[in-house]
Amino acid sequence: MTAPAIERSAATKRLRSVGAAREFGILLALVLVVLAATIANPNFLFSADGWRDLLLTPAILVLVAIGQAIVIITRNVDLSVGSILGLSAYLTGRLFVDLQGIPIIVVFVIAVGFGALLGLVNGALVAFAKVPAMVITLGTLYAYRGINVLWTGSDRINASDLPKSFLALGTGQILYIPILTIIALVVLIAAAWFMKNTRGGREFYAIGSDPAAAELYGLRVTRRLLIAFALSGALSGLAGVLYAARYGTISSQAGAGWELDAVGAAVIGGVAITGGVGSVWGAAIGAVLLLTINRALPILGIPDFWQRAVVGALIIGAIVLDRVLAVRAKRRLIEAREEDR
Amino acid sequence: MFEHKRRAGALTALAVGVALLATGCAVDSGSEGGSDGGSGDSANLAITFLPKNLGNPYFDTSSTGAKEAIDEFGGTFAEVGPAEATPDAQVSYINTLTQQGVGAIAVSANDPEAICDALNEARDANVKVVTFDSDTNADCRDVFINQADAEGIAKVQVDLVADQIGGAGEIAILSASANATNQNAWIEMMEEYLASDYPDITLVETVYGDDDDQTSFDKTAALLQTHPELKGIISPTTVGISAAARYLSTSDYKGKVALTGLGTPNQMREYVEDGTVTAFALWNPADLGYLAAYASKALIEGDITGAEGDSFEAGKLGDYEVGADGVVLLGDPFEFNADNIGDFDF
Repeated sequence: MTAPAIERSAATKRLRSVGAAREFGILLALVLVVLAATIANPNFLFSADGWRDLLLTPAILVLVAIGQAIVIITRNVDLSVGSILGLSAYLTGRLFVDLQGIPIIVVFVIAVGFGALLGLVNGALVAFAKVPAMVITLGTLYAYRGINVLWTGSDRINASDLPKSFLALGTGQILYIPILTIIALVVLIAAAWFMKNTRGGREFYAIGSDPAAAELYGLRVTRRLLIAFALSGALSGLAGVLYAARYGTISSQAGAGWELDAVGAAVIGGVAITGGVGSVWGAAIGAVLLLTINRALPILGIPDFWQRAVVGALIIGAIVLDRVLAVRAKRRLIEAREEDR
Repeated sequence: MFEHKRRAGALTALAVGVALLATGCAVDSGSEGGSDGGSGDSANLAITFLPKNLGNPYFDTSSTGAKEAIDEFGGTFAEVGPAEATPDAQVSYINTLTQQGVGAIAVSANDPEAICDALNEARDANVKVVTFDSDTNADCRDVFINQADAEGIAKVQVDLVADQIGGAGEIAILSASANATNQNAWIEMMEEYLASDYPDITLVETVYGDDDDQTSFDKTAALLQTHPELKGIISPTTVGISAAARYLSTSDYKGKVALTGLGTPNQMREYVEDGTVTAFALWNPADLGYLAAYASKALIEGDITGAEGDSFEAGKLGDYEVGADGVVLLGDPFEFNADNIGDFDF
């Protein structure tokens, strides 16, 4: 950047700590949920299955939520992630069925590339046609799902169609950490580093904070948008492969409704739906919280019919709390700025 | 862009469908005289199967059974059908078969209403109409071969789980969505049957996996953690049973908690082979096709008319009686286990 280095004022520091506080709050909520469930039933944490499920269940959604967070940070939204996930998952199954003996790594590459391509279609429509992303991706949500239904029909990929070594990936562990969780963590760390430290990552924030200003400033907005949507698509594609590995059954409805979970995870994790604010860490923790709540409620003995309502209340609660904290922080920020003068 | 294409595609399909319907009707009305010729002899045992769509392993299996039956009694088997299971796709096939003057059409209806007129025209031309697997309205066909009734489905699953857990202990049910009509009816009957025949088995909880893999996974995990004494799970839905089996197969509970329910062999093969699941149930589509073929023969030869109380003989399956509304019940659901699962591919 050509601008002179700005001296870090107290205000900037506080701004940073506010960002961290949002993620910390969500993390605290997560710890509370795990604690409550474990007290109610020690197996939730202290059995081999419980420990594995705690780490394994959110891994796939974490990937989708990371992509979603990047797109939302640019003041867009990607509603087609669930459909991309479903198509990639079915593609994964078909590759194993139609090309017997295909190396697993090749399947990963093809599915991620396929997801990126579908994401690129979204990005191109949003960036060139200048139509709001919500409308475009709502369209591709149905279009991609339609292609999936057309392709799959009433057929289904079954566990017996997939190689054992691939299925083992879905539940296997290295040093008590599930492989899927390790993949998600590696992607998370890479994405967080990219968003925090690279020019490209910071430009996403700049575009999301004020698209018009970003354009005037000379940022290559179109290219950035294409990259953001392609990243989201690629991560959904990767999630599709992992979905196939974990569930072993892929119908034409795989991943239906995931877009809402992904947006929910990002928003719970402190990614502002108006763009420019938040981090992929927050979105990832949001994803873990969302799915862990889902798993904890039955164990806490909350009747099936009430569970959804409780999840909804918790989402609203998290957002209200978040909002209260943000408003309070903003007030303090203004006060601090006054003091600085 | 895609939306436009799809819409255009749908419009084209609609136009083609209308055209087919129009031409079908026109040709039909002109050829009433000719169609009697085929059925002039005492028995025209040309039976054509019209599944929902071709290339569907389920119907491939039912057609195998039908062909076996027709070969046994010396008729002529044929199979035609659309590539896509859309509501009106079968109409043109029915019209063609009517003109060809086949003895009977055995159809699995894509829509209870859409093919009714075409079927009734076929019946006016003295073609017998048997529905199987999926019925039309009762006034459009002669008999319906019903794969299973609710009571039989409920009973077989309870019997299976009782057998697998030794007749006593805690069980749970993993259902589809909370408002799924079929599943709710079955669960109600299972509860009654458990109370009357297996007093030592306690149904501790019914949870709903919404026919979604992730939800079914999580509900299975929660069931196992919440009820440490749990001995068996019944999942009367194909999505639920495969998700639960996948979860069980990689958990500490594999082999300790029994799992049964309704599933298809292809879906469950992996878990039967690795010992997670001992046995599960579903009707046997081959038997369904077999019975539909014999019912067609009985109709053609005039042994039955589809009235309640008519009875006919169906080869290896034994004797059958037509029930109310012209429904013939295949019988109790078929039990799949490690010994026979290799024989099925659907």
